[in-house]
Amino acid sequence: MIDFSVIFAGFGGQGILSAGKMAAEAALYEGKEVSWFPSYGPEMRGGTANCSVVFSDEPIGSPVVNDADVVICLNQPSMEKFEKQLKPGALMILDSSLIKTRPTRTDIKVIAMEASDIASELGKMMFAPITMLGCMATATGCFTRDSFEKSLYEILPERKHNLIPINMEAFDRGAAFAK
Amino acid sequence: MAQKRVLMKGNEVIAEAAIRAGCRNYFGYPITPQTEVMHYMAKKMVQVGGNFVQAESEVAAINMVYGAAAAGFRVMTSSSSPGISLKQEGISYIAGAELPAVVVNIVRAGPGLGGIQPAQGDYFQATKGGGHGDYRNIVIAPASVQELYELVVEAFNLADKYRMTCMIIGDGTLGQMMEPVAFRDEEPVETIEKPWAACGRKGDSFHHTVTSIYIDPDVLEKKNLELQEKYKIVEANEVRYESICMDDDPEIVITAFSTCSRISRNVIRQARELGIKVGMIRPITLWPFPYKAIAEAADMPSVKAFLDVELNAGQMIEDVRLGANGKKPVYFHGRLGGNLPMQKEILDKIVAIHEGKITEGGNF
Repeated sequence: MIDFSVIFAGFGGQGILSAGKMAAEAALYEGKEVSWFPSYGPEMRGGTANCSVVFSDEPIGSPVVNDADVVICLNQPSMEKFEKQLKPGALMILDSSLIKTRPTRTDIKVIAMEASDIASELGKMMFAPITMLGCMATATGCFTRDSFEKSLYEILPERKHNLIPINMEAFDRGAAFAK
Repeated sequence: MAQKRVLMKGNEVIAEAAIRAGCRNYFGYPITPQTEVMHYMAKKMVQVGGNFVQAESEVAAINMVYGAAAAGFRVMTSSSSPGISLKQEGISYIAGAELPAVVVNIVRAGPGLGGIQPAQGDYFQATKGGGHGDYRNIVIAPASVQELYELVVEAFNLADKYRMTCMIIGDGTLGQMMEPVAFRDEEPVETIEKPWAACGRKGDSFHHTVTSIYIDPDVLEKKNLELQEKYKIVEANEVRYESICMDDDPEIVITAFSTCSRISRNVIRQARELGIKVGMIRPITLWPFPYKAIAEAADMPSVKAFLDVELNAGQMIEDVRLGANGKKPVYFHGRLGGNLPMQKEILDKIVAIHEGKITEGGNF
């Protein structure tokens, strides 16, 4: 795997940047090279947020992603903006609870999943991007479920380990959409 | 022995590296995109028994640096472009008084308040002076978070060794991005005696004074000549650069530092897939500049041209041209205002150069 690149995009406050970091940690756990680069600036809750994550078996060239292998979208403006930044044949995963239209491009794969509805069933909206991570990991093999779970045990302080099973439930609910 | 790799933000790594290098004095003033350096320092300096001050301004912060350096302590300040402009008076005084200090500039787009996105428009300011008078700063441009860590530690050693400002120059991309970093168990910290430090008389028969004022022209000229001698030693000993894909007779040589070198690395691979042999010289020290490496590349028969890639209107290109000395044309690709070049833009320019379709110069 050389420079497998993912863009996470949505509203500030949805957990976009955290989800990108969790994906990077899972790949790092597998010994891969990773980079995580956020949009930064005068952002606020409700404003737009995105980050680019690159996984590679070799040292990473650019951390800045112009043509992604996967785009994960959690709002309408992000879908419209980032569908232009996918490679031909690449994958867009979108939250159909929040996005009512579909990409105009026909040369990309699209998985539409009710991420926010699932998250609300699980009790917290912050699980929405986790479900989409599960879908991405399963659809592309960019990291394994096992690495994701183990990396959570490593990066979270012990007092938060009780939250890992529900995160894994979110991950698995999302994984089902990849099949 | 390296520790396990952890994912960290560039700005946080700058602060962690400084503390590991024995820096116990940090003075700063917040500004995007380097504020995480301050956040980290605010939290950690207390834990290690150091001094953290959020100064009332950048000017105050750099003068606190002057004071701590004069007293013999390892000290750092950090800022971003407009803030670094404010610090230039102090940096000149530090040069005049021959004090060791580390100054970090996480560059944003200018001029003026400009914007907060990544840029490299402070190359001239960093390498050609910035403040008044004949002085130099060692200027180091890391390209990854791991390198940022190693070179910040090294910056403190170089600052102490030569009694001058060592500036770390990055940009918003490097400061904001997270990458794995493996810290060493022990840092290669060189402890250098500072008998000149103004930290009390301590039984000596003379006053320890630190100053940059020399009213007598002959005395000041002599002082200046001493500084120039020192800078010559730095130029002879401290040039650092990385050669990438330069071993197999490249046709086009990219010159780029920091973030632009990262983007260009991908372009090298893409160009080679198209059958165009591209290499790269990545200056790590911007001053002293690797003129010799550029000159050697210009002398290679296979090399047809250079392509300089920067986040500015063409600043390092002047040094590349000095190195190439007219032997090979130097083309330019730059983006301004906080935008980053897409890999395809750079690749298109390489193809155009290869096919002889563009003319040399500062075209964007």
